[in-house]
Amino acid sequence: MNARNTTSAVSVALTLLLAAGALTCLGLMVGDGTLRWPWGLTSDPITAEIIWQIRAPRSIGAWAAGALLGLAGAIAQAIFRNPLADPYLLGSSSGAALAVAIALALASWLGADVSGAAFWGGFMAFGLTGAAFTGALLAVILTVTLAGGVAQGTRLLLGGVVVGVVLGALTSFLTFIAPNVLLNMQGFMLGSTALLNWSAVGRLLVVGAICMAIAATFAKPLDALQLGERTARSLGIPLSQVNAIYILLLATVTGAAVAHTGLIAFVGLAAPHVVRAWLPCQHRALLLLSSLTGGVLLLGADALARLIFSPMELPTGLLTALLGGGYLLWRMGKVGRLS
Amino acid sequence: MGWWPEMRSLYRGLVASVSTLLFAISPASALTVVGDDGVALTLSKPATRVVTLLPSLAEVVCDLGACDRLVGIDRYTNWPPETANVAVVGGGLDPQLEAILRLRPDLIVMAPSARVIARLRDLGLPVLALEPKRMADLARTYRALGEALGIAEADARFTQLQSDLGVLKRSVDASWLGARVYFEVSDELYAAGPDSFVGELLTSLGFGNAISSGLGPFPKISPEWVVRANPDVLVVSEQTVGRLTQRPGWSGMPAIAEKQVCAMPQAQADALVRPGPRLVSGAQWLVRCINQLKRS
Repeated sequence: MNARNTTSAVSVALTLLLAAGALTCLGLMVGDGTLRWPWGLTSDPITAEIIWQIRAPRSIGAWAAGALLGLAGAIAQAIFRNPLADPYLLGSSSGAALAVAIALALASWLGADVSGAAFWGGFMAFGLTGAAFTGALLAVILTVTLAGGVAQGTRLLLGGVVVGVVLGALTSFLTFIAPNVLLNMQGFMLGSTALLNWSAVGRLLVVGAICMAIAATFAKPLDALQLGERTARSLGIPLSQVNAIYILLLATVTGAAVAHTGLIAFVGLAAPHVVRAWLPCQHRALLLLSSLTGGVLLLGADALARLIFSPMELPTGLLTALLGGGYLLWRMGKVGRLS
Repeated sequence: MGWWPEMRSLYRGLVASVSTLLFAISPASALTVVGDDGVALTLSKPATRVVTLLPSLAEVVCDLGACDRLVGIDRYTNWPPETANVAVVGGGLDPQLEAILRLRPDLIVMAPSARVIARLRDLGLPVLALEPKRMADLARTYRALGEALGIAEADARFTQLQSDLGVLKRSVDASWLGARVYFEVSDELYAAGPDSFVGELLTSLGFGNAISSGLGPFPKISPEWVVRANPDVLVVSEQTVGRLTQRPGWSGMPAIAEKQVCAMPQAQADALVRPGPRLVSGAQWLVRCINQLKRS
C-alpha cells in the first residue's frame, strides 16, 4: 500500500474511532426515556450503577461484538471471493442456535426435577454462552469435514449451506418438541446486546485483539487470493494453510460474537461494503477498517434500539437487519443506475 | 448413560449440603430461600419491594396479601386489578434492566429459564427463581414466597386452595365423572396432557384426559388423532370454537355433533393455564360448563 493510501486508511480509521466515541457517549445517555448527558448524574448511586454497569459495558460490548462481526465479514468475503459472503456462511450461526436450543431444552426437561434445575441453573450463566460458542465452532468443523478440507472454496460454501440447513432443521425440531424454549430461542435468533457485562466486554476485546493481530499478519495472501486460487497457488501461496488459518479465525470471531449477542444480522455483510465504497484498499487495511466499521454499525444500532421506543427497546438484531438490508438495497440501486 | 443417575444423586446431595450450610451460617434474623434453580437467596428481612417477571408469580404474591409490596411487574401480568397501577418493567425474558434498578427492589422473582437472570444477579440484585408449572411447583412457590415475604400463612393458603378443589369435585355431575376431556391451550392444536397443570386439575376434579400421558405437558396433536381419540368433551378457546368443524374430520366428531363443547373466555384460559391462585375459579367455571352439557 503506498503512502497516500496509508494516510487515507489512517484517516478513515481515526474517523471511525471518533464515530465510535461519539456513539458510545450517545449510548451512555440513552435508556430511561430521556436523553441526558450522564456527567453530574453519577452522584446518585442508582444512576451511577446504571451508567457504569449497564450502559457502559453494553455500549463498549456492542462495539466489540460489531468489530468481531465486521472482521468476520471481511474474512469471509476475502476467502470466498464473494461480496455476498457473511460470517455465518460456514454454518456457525446454525450451530450456535442448535447448541443453545439443546441447552435450553435440557434445562427445561431437567427442571421438572428441582435438583435437576439446580444442576443446570448454575450452568446457565456460562452454559448458554459457552454452548453457543462451542456449537458455532463444531458446525464449522463439520462444514470443513464435509467439504473434505479447506482447499476448495466452492466445496466449503456448499458444505456450509448443507450444515446450515440441517442444523437449522434440528433446531426447529427441538423447538417443536420443547415449545417452552421457543421464546428464549426467539430472543437469541433476533440478537441482543442487552446482556453484555464487563466480563463479556473483556472476552470480546481479547478475542478481537488476538484474531485481528493474526489476521493482519497473514493479510498479504488474501490479496493474492483475489486473483483466483490457481493464480494464488502459482505465486507460491500455501492456499490450504491460508484457508485453514482464516477459517479458524472466522469460526472463532463469529462464535465469540454470536455467543454473547445472538444472531446479529447484516453487520458482517455490510461492514466490508461500506469500507470498499469509502476507500478501496488492500486487505491489511480492509480487515481493520471493516472491524472498526462493524463496531460503529452495531454500536449505532444498539443506541437506536434503545432510543426509538424508549424506555422500551427493540432487539438489536432486528434493527441491524432493517438498516443493513436497507443500505444494501440502496447500494444495489446505485450500482444499477451506474451500469 | 448409566452414570447419569449417580451424577444427579451426587449433585442433589451437594446442592442440599451447600444450601443447608448457607442457611446455617446466615445471620439469625436473615431469611434464606432456595429457588427452583437451587440458588439460595439470603434476605436480611422480609421483602417489601418486589418485582415479579411472571404473571403467575404476581398472582401468588397478591393472593398472599402482599399486592401492595409489588413495585414492578412484567407486561403479561393482568390480574388482580390492583396490578394495573404497578410499573411494567418489560417481559420475563427481556426485562428493562434500568427500570428494575431504579425501582430498588429487595426481591425479584422470575422464571429460572430466563437467560437474563444471570445478568440481574451480576448487577447485585436479589433474584429468586421460581416457575410453577405443576401443582407441586405451585406448593413450593407458595412456600418460597411466603418465606421471602415473611408470611407464615402461605402453606395454609395453598392447602385451602387444594381443599376448595376437593369440595368442587363433589359438585361434578355424576354422569360426567371420568369423562374424557380434550383441553386445547392453543389454536395450533397444542393440547393439555395429563402431565401439565391443567391435566392435574382435570384429574383432581375427577375427569379423564383424552390425551395419553407420555406425550409431554402440551403436545401438538394432529387433528386425526383427536378424531380417533373421540373425547367426550372439548374445551377450546372462544375464538376457536367457531372453526372446529373446519378441521379435517372434526365435523363428524360426536362431541361436536352433540354440542359437548365448552368455549373458554380468555380470562378463564388465564386462570386455568397459569398455575396460580385462580385455579379454583377456573375450575369452578370448568365444572359449571361441563355440568350444563347434556351427556349422551
